[in-house]
Amino acid sequence: MAPTALSCKECGEEYPLDAKYFCEACFGPLEVAYESEGADASELKRKIQAGSAGIWRYADFLPFTGRPRDPLEPGLTPLVRAHRLAERLGLGELWVKNDAANPTHSFKDRVVAVAVAKALELGFDTVACASTGNLANAVAAHAAAAGLDSYVFVPANLEEQKLLATGVYGTNLVGVHGNYDDVNRLCTELCEERPWAFVNVNLRPYYAEGSKTLAYETVEQLGWTLPDRVVCPIASGSLFTKIARGFDEWRELGLVEGDLPIFNGAQANGCSPVATAYAEGWDVCKPQRPDTIAKSLAIGNPADGPYALELARRTGGGVDSVSDEEIRAGIRLLAETTGIFTETAGGVTIATLAKLAERGEISPGERVVAYITGEGLKTLDAVREGHHMYEIEPKIESLDAALAAATSA
Amino acid sequence: MAVTVKIPSQLRPATGGEGEVEVEGGTVGEALDAVFDQHDGLRERITEDGTLRRFVNVYVSGEDIRFQEGLETELSDGDEVTILPAVAGGL
Repeated sequence: MAPTALSCKECGEEYPLDAKYFCEACFGPLEVAYESEGADASELKRKIQAGSAGIWRYADFLPFTGRPRDPLEPGLTPLVRAHRLAERLGLGELWVKNDAANPTHSFKDRVVAVAVAKALELGFDTVACASTGNLANAVAAHAAAAGLDSYVFVPANLEEQKLLATGVYGTNLVGVHGNYDDVNRLCTELCEERPWAFVNVNLRPYYAEGSKTLAYETVEQLGWTLPDRVVCPIASGSLFTKIARGFDEWRELGLVEGDLPIFNGAQANGCSPVATAYAEGWDVCKPQRPDTIAKSLAIGNPADGPYALELARRTGGGVDSVSDEEIRAGIRLLAETTGIFTETAGGVTIATLAKLAERGEISPGERVVAYITGEGLKTLDAVREGHHMYEIEPKIESLDAALAAATSA
Repeated sequence: MAVTVKIPSQLRPATGGEGEVEVEGGTVGEALDAVFDQHDGLRERITEDGTLRRFVNVYVSGEDIRFQEGLETELSDGDEVTILPAVAGGL
């Protein structure tokens, strides 16, 4: 596929492939349009399999004409068969896509790698972003690797781990007094004033394309087949909808056969504009003021909300939300059954999966993929409670006594 | 009320290059109407059937009007009304 234009998702108006993100005619979001060059599926497949061990093996399906410059290639993260978790939830075939296994430990490396490569191609010397934390880590790291200056804007009250894991790369870290939606508004205004590539503002059409690679990898890792259902967190709804777009593109090109999977979205109760709109039957989201431990999903004004709602409804899925307590339990459940330690967003996904299983919405024959988008070490506060440490003297008797006391207690 | 309406750069061709338009209006809706009356072509880009298009965000002094009274949100003298695309940000 070759990128041809930026096309408005609302009215279809087309624009050249520049740093542009919304339609001048109707304010709708722009998306990269491609033309299919009539390559046959087996040739495309051979090319992918001969490619690099990361997302650039899918460069033919991304908004570039050659292999992009990128010294920090993300992708090809493990897709793990989660037998013990499936058993615990009473499910059949369950897979966990562990996207914490990326260079900066979240799926944001995918979108940022694409955006930074595009920024270099378009001649920018500074990249920037509005972030809830994971994106900040990724932008700072990929900018450092590419030798670009960077400005990273985050809510000042972010988890300390995410601030430290951003600052270390030598970026200009800016903590804003306000929530993510305030940061985002500021960056949208700054985008007018500064000659910077804001990965999730003026480069958003390219950046969002990076999420499609999660769909491609899933298909490849499942032996060129599709799952029946996916469970995926929703913040702005971009990841959720781009995974579907990735599956659809490969279905159209004949790289994989079958129906689009059922899409279940996962949000936290404390920031659930999409789940609320789903439950109320609205086709747009009413903005909310976030209050949840799942800070990486704390977007009260989700840009792709309408499209996420449409996708959940069209595929027979849904959008659920879960409490902070359920999020903590979800993190522990995943850790105890798979050995994967996820951040709060992953807790939201697993708690939603558990809820669907409990409601009997997932039939035993279904092949389900749950997307784990980030690393537990970034949100340690969420697991501060919930375990016990034995404290002993360095003697066997001391251990025996401590274990005996615990059993008798 | 005399207020300032800030126009995103992509729409400035419709305002003759102006990034800020000074108008009178008691509510956000009235202020926007005053801008639309001065500048042809803005109304249909920003509104549809009398309501804001779904990818348009409007802020009064930094606060999203959907947390207030929408287009009925009352304005004070010197308020700044900012029009921004809603498609930025997030994942």
